[in-house]
Amino acid sequence: MAHEETERLGPMKYEAVIGLEVHAQLLTESKIFCGCSTRFGSEPNSNTCPVCAGFPGVLPVLNKKVVEFAIRAGLATHCQVARSSRLARKNYFYPDLPKGYQISQYELPVCTDGYIDVSGAGNSKRVRLTRIHMEEDAGKNIHDLRNDSSLVDLNRAGVPLLEIVSEPDIRSPEEAANYLKTLRVILQYLAICDGNMEEGSFRCDANVSVRPEGTTALGTKAELKNLNSFKAVEKALEYEIHRHIETLSNGGKLAQETRLWDPDREVTRPMRTKEFAHDYRYFPDPDLLPLVIDYNWIAEIRASIPELPDARKARFMSQYGLPAYDAELLTNRKDVADYFDAAVKAHSNPKSISNWVMGDLFRVLKERKLDEQLYVMTWPIQPSQLGELVRLIDEEKISGKIAKTVFDALLDSGQSPQEIVAQKGLEQVSDTESIEKVVEQILAANPKQVSEYKAGSEKVFGFLVGQVMKATKGRVNPQKANEILKQKLTQAF
Amino acid sequence: MNLPALTVHEAKEKLRKREFSSHELTEAVFDRITATDDRIHAYVTLCREAALEQARYADDRLRKGNDLSPLIGIPIAIKDNFLTRGVRTTCASKILAGFIPPYDAATINAIRAAGAVFTGKTNLDEFAMGSSAENSAFFPTRNPWNTDRVPGGSSGGSAAAVSADQCIAALGTDTGGSIRQPAACCGIVGLKPTYGRVSRYGIIAFASSMDQVGPMTKDVRDCALLLEAIAGHDPADSTSVNRPVPNYSEALTRDIKGTRLGIPKEYFVSGMQPEVEKAVRRAIQVLEKNGAVIEDISLPHTEYAIAVYYIVATAEASSNLARYDGMRYGHRARAKDLTETYMLSREEGFGPEVKRRIMLGTYVLSAGYYDAYYLKAQQVRALIKKDFDDAFQRCDAIVAPTAPTTAFQIGEKIQDPLQMYLSDIYTISINLAGVPALSLPCGFDSDGLPIGLQIIGKHFDELNLLRVAYAYERSTEWHTKKPNV
Amino acid sequence: MGLTREEVQRVAMLARLRLTAEEENRLTEELDGILHYMDKLNALDTSQVEPFTHAVDIVNAFREDKVTNQPNADALLANAPEKDETFFRVPKIIE
Repeated sequence: MAHEETERLGPMKYEAVIGLEVHAQLLTESKIFCGCSTRFGSEPNSNTCPVCAGFPGVLPVLNKKVVEFAIRAGLATHCQVARSSRLARKNYFYPDLPKGYQISQYELPVCTDGYIDVSGAGNSKRVRLTRIHMEEDAGKNIHDLRNDSSLVDLNRAGVPLLEIVSEPDIRSPEEAANYLKTLRVILQYLAICDGNMEEGSFRCDANVSVRPEGTTALGTKAELKNLNSFKAVEKALEYEIHRHIETLSNGGKLAQETRLWDPDREVTRPMRTKEFAHDYRYFPDPDLLPLVIDYNWIAEIRASIPELPDARKARFMSQYGLPAYDAELLTNRKDVADYFDAAVKAHSNPKSISNWVMGDLFRVLKERKLDEQLYVMTWPIQPSQLGELVRLIDEEKISGKIAKTVFDALLDSGQSPQEIVAQKGLEQVSDTESIEKVVEQILAANPKQVSEYKAGSEKVFGFLVGQVMKATKGRVNPQKANEILKQKLTQAF
Repeated sequence: MNLPALTVHEAKEKLRKREFSSHELTEAVFDRITATDDRIHAYVTLCREAALEQARYADDRLRKGNDLSPLIGIPIAIKDNFLTRGVRTTCASKILAGFIPPYDAATINAIRAAGAVFTGKTNLDEFAMGSSAENSAFFPTRNPWNTDRVPGGSSGGSAAAVSADQCIAALGTDTGGSIRQPAACCGIVGLKPTYGRVSRYGIIAFASSMDQVGPMTKDVRDCALLLEAIAGHDPADSTSVNRPVPNYSEALTRDIKGTRLGIPKEYFVSGMQPEVEKAVRRAIQVLEKNGAVIEDISLPHTEYAIAVYYIVATAEASSNLARYDGMRYGHRARAKDLTETYMLSREEGFGPEVKRRIMLGTYVLSAGYYDAYYLKAQQVRALIKKDFDDAFQRCDAIVAPTAPTTAFQIGEKIQDPLQMYLSDIYTISINLAGVPALSLPCGFDSDGLPIGLQIIGKHFDELNLLRVAYAYERSTEWHTKKPNV
Repeated sequence: MGLTREEVQRVAMLARLRLTAEEENRLTEELDGILHYMDKLNALDTSQVEPFTHAVDIVNAFREDKVTNQPNADALLANAPEKDETFFRVPKIIE
């Protein structure tokens, strides 16, 4: 009896409940509360001043651009932009936090209640955003092994951040990674963040819990930190979800805790037991005035928002007739999307240009590590050059194969494709007479193969085509060559 | 001529008439300091060499004679919670041991540009927390009128220095009465401007929503002159207001006919020293004789002010003082790890009153208590501000005592913090509402200790405030009296 | 209300103060008395009152996004209790 029951019940099915918290470093010239540079990589503590170093007597003044960027991000993600917002102090002690508090936002964040539509595996999932708020970044601590102390560099202290918090709407590690990619691209399109996870300008913490499928109560959650790439996010979540399910299935209990992802061992570990629970004692910062955002300002900012990834992708599909796969790849970087639009403007063959961009151009970008820039500043080949190249192919002036040679020659040259074709004599041979002459020569020079063909060998046709190609240094129009070769072979009998 | 006893406006005239040089004036002031500070202890740091250098430079400019600020060549003392570049700034605390600021406070910049001479940094209650200058980590300052008595606080050093002619004028700060109460104790003039009138940049923060810089002077005209020099918008202080600065000194007149003066009934309750009440009521009569119209008004939420203040101010202070952690400047204790270093540095560096307020402030902000204390206090604060808004519908300025008693004995109140706090009852509401207020002498008690009259004005109405004070001052002789040091 | 010694210890930890036993005792008593005094605020009905935010009705103090500070690590580090080239040196931070 009992045996039957178990079989009927089967193992408990769990679903994962994931919420993500992203900290995006903003691309402003100066810090959020002082006029220090946000430039990366300077000598330690050189981009600091008494204000961001938390000296006695200093006061913060809010960088207007940070507010603008926050509103922009909110509008692009369908948020409510607050009419009235306030900055608040988050109080705790840490050497990289010079004032002993972080100026952030608590009760009245600048944006609330937005969403992002995330695509993946053929469907679209709406992930809601709880809030977007402004805050300052902390400095950096480096461990000094020589004498067991730490070194503090406050260059990063005061760099502006947006904290973007999602509702726990995400249901799988893959969805989480897609959400991050989508969010990142939006921020890049808005030119407010360069989205570099490895360098720390786009950071993610994850909150994850599991619950029996079909229930609504939230399970015990773990907060995951030290996720330094999309892969790390996915793997850490996979690991953690599995750990939760294992534990619960074995009747164990989970602790609500913060865990660090260990990328070497690929496990999560609880953070060193926090001796003191954090009580941040948030209160509105009395040194900063209430923020009142009026309708006109919002309208101004809204008007300055460029065509966003979603809209652009849809346009590429409808206007250019590109398949979703191409449209996706071409729009998940704004600079590439801009490039593509320009190339198609030069010559209207979107599909072909798409192939060239996704193939050869991406290859070169990767080889030259140009894909690591937020915006490729100098393209190795201009959109107009690429457009021209494809036009030459479409006009049968060169073959697809020769085009590859021309492409390589175009890199870093200021020349047009025509110039290169002319210079290198790569013009495609398409006239029947010339081709016939060559074919006749080849047939004459290869009687054995001709016989083999006549005997029924299809394979030898390829050889003969190859010979025609070789004789013309690949410049012959392949279709025409094929046609004429076939003709002549047939004629020969 | 007794040079150190001069006022700013007197010295200004005489400097231009070449009756003496700024160098001579400065030397004379330092002689006076040497002769008296072993008994008064007003100063923490003296800047004689730098001052004489500044005086020489001022004399140069005076000789060239082009458009000069009234402050040029005038020796001014600075409370030691103003950051002064290159000059150690202690805030009367051990936690800032050795701290030499890399920049000047905005108001220091302003009077430096005006050509003033800095005599040095004056003593205060540690981190401006106190009403007696007894909370200084170094020594208590003594009241020049009676060295067994406190000079008041927290700007006790500046008040004593002005009173004893150890400077021509001084700057102080006022968060809950810290300019006005010591001014009353020492028989001088002290003004707390409207919140936002003067930049707070470079003042070691205590309670950010209440701190204000203000002049401490020998008479009202000096007060107006000094206010002109320091008031104005500062883009580095988000809370400073962009409003033009009137020519306060030129507007001074004895004519206050028709000015409506409100007398708040809540400020005349039992517990006041009878002589204080008598002196204040007599002062009101003088003002009436000058043509002012007296109105009875009520500030009904006065009794809640101290509770509000000690919640909000300590909350803000607990956060403002978190940066004193021994990591980047100041005292760092030897300890076994990071946490211990924080805890010992702060334990060793802060005095008992500072610790008490940090504890109180941390508590009222902590989880579970925020609504009951901080939020509630800010709501009651709104009511207190509204009391003043309502009252100012019916009068142009409010007249009241500055403190319930004259200067108390050194050591008398230090053991009972709550008692100490309650003595701020007349000054504290003003900081909560952000309105300007001034104290000036209006008599002496039978022990020969000065009594202060407080005049409170509308937001940004320092002009009228100074006018009323001037009219009163010119009708009396109190401002001519000096202590026997 | 009754402030307990445990609470005083909790608050001291939040404030990073290493209080002596004597200080703990004294503060427990003093703070209890002071907090008791604060209870008088409960006599007031503030349910309809907006909390005070600022003394004067000004909003939106901004600065332009411009770099206005010159690098000066030396000035910043001049008061450092311990430093290493241009780093602040602090006791080891354990993650």
